[in-house]
Amino acid sequence: MDIRLNSISHSYGDTEVLRDISLDIPSGRIVCLVGPSGCGKSTLLRLIGGLERPTIGKILQLGDPPQGCLNPLTYIFQDFALLPWRSVRGNISLVLEDHGIRGASADAIIEDVLARTKLSDFRDALPRQLSGGMKQRVAVARALAVKPAVMLMDEPLSALDSQTRELLMDDLVALWTRQPFTAVYVTHNLAEAVRLGHRIVVLSRRPGQINEVVEIDKPLADRGYGDADLEKTQKHLWDLMRDEARAADEELIDV
Amino acid sequence: MSDPSDHKSPPTAPIEVRFRGGGFAPRPHRWMGPVVFVAVIALLECGTQAGWISALTFPKPSDVLGAFGELWESGLLFQHLMPSLGRLAVGGAIGASLGIAVGVLIGLFSYVRAGMVPVVAAIFPIPKIALLPLFVIWFGIDEASKYALIAFGTFTPTVVATYGAVDNVDRSLIRMGQSFGLSWMSIVRKIVLPGAMPGILSGLRISLAIAIILLVAAEMLGASHGIGAYILQAGSLYDLERLFAGVVILSLLGVTLSAIIGQIERRLLRWRS
Repeated sequence: MDIRLNSISHSYGDTEVLRDISLDIPSGRIVCLVGPSGCGKSTLLRLIGGLERPTIGKILQLGDPPQGCLNPLTYIFQDFALLPWRSVRGNISLVLEDHGIRGASADAIIEDVLARTKLSDFRDALPRQLSGGMKQRVAVARALAVKPAVMLMDEPLSALDSQTRELLMDDLVALWTRQPFTAVYVTHNLAEAVRLGHRIVVLSRRPGQINEVVEIDKPLADRGYGDADLEKTQKHLWDLMRDEARAADEELIDV
Repeated sequence: MSDPSDHKSPPTAPIEVRFRGGGFAPRPHRWMGPVVFVAVIALLECGTQAGWISALTFPKPSDVLGAFGELWESGLLFQHLMPSLGRLAVGGAIGASLGIAVGVLIGLFSYVRAGMVPVVAAIFPIPKIALLPLFVIWFGIDEASKYALIAFGTFTPTVVATYGAVDNVDRSLIRMGQSFGLSWMSIVRKIVLPGAMPGILSGLRISLAIAIILLVAAEMLGASHGIGAYILQAGSLYDLERLFAGVVILSLLGVTLSAIIGQIERRLLRWRS
């Protein structure tokens, strides 16, 4: 299933946050959205998943979601959004219960996603007992449980320290290599973008417009920490963004 | 400090860095509460025995204990306590459950909020005791008017605590529920209600204390049995021992209810650190 954005514009009251964004998200690839803070990249992600309605333009799903898909557009949030009163298992079964999946069939799905995210030993732990990296892995497991067609990741690693971030990036690459998934990955961290993105969309500052689209052909599995060619792409991205980022930083927030 | 010669000449002997990070961190001291109780009671006992507290100011704690023992032995204790507990249970249950229901509705629906919040704000400050004559007209002199008074008194604080608790539920969790396609009912049942539970329970603590106050008020105005009636009888005879025995029972009742809610909190809110 592909996603197509047809000249999307969005405003909050008089403030225009996104202007005329057209973008294709092909299935089986990871599209990274980067841009200076306040450029509307998280807003765009909420629009894609239907949590907000665009002021102008349409977001289209092309083709049918794969067989067995329970929730085609599935988010992974920056703040993990785990229910603190449910165990790891309970947090995953939460998203299955509404689809009438209980008992043995739910257990099978939960065991499978816990194994894929290396969480099998922690199934009965409560969120408060887990580190930030573990919490985000639970959120990834929960997303995998509904067999999404597109994963919408809103700065999923931004709340983590840099070492955990490296580890989790490797985990995401391993997950993708085993079974390629489609994802829109919003980040302000260019190192994450060049490690995980097949296509990197650079947005300008508010109102967000597409500044440039950079394609990286190198397979995800071959990319590593501090690769020379990735560093070059990262520098190119930063050159595109630097002035805008500074201008965005100096803007007053409550306009 | 920037002078490089500073660290060459050892001017004085090294001083240990002074610790200044203490305090402002409450720690539990289980024995402190009982110690204060015992000390106060012992002081009163000494004072009344020795005579520097006159018998009209304060009864001897040992006499209060005696009055309590009398109550126990004559079986009057349960004749007074049981009706009181019944009124408290029925009135408190009605008030708290209606309060939680209305509070959740206010928290969930903006129309209900716009309509009900001013109403609740208007009835919250009314001293409910002032309405007892009205309740007697509406519900009769029997138990029903006492239930109504206690229910009405617990209702408003429960509503306020509950909708505040619902407002405080983490919106990102609700957004998460929506993004996974959970039904409205599931979001309310599995995300909003558990998330509001800590606030609802701490609201109940206040509501139940108010319920005890109103229970006594209702029983003073028209009941033959009940702790309030017992205190009123003793008071009108200036029988300070029995009056204090009644007051101690009320205080114990409050401590017990608070302990029960504490147990419920420990069980339901185990997920908190």
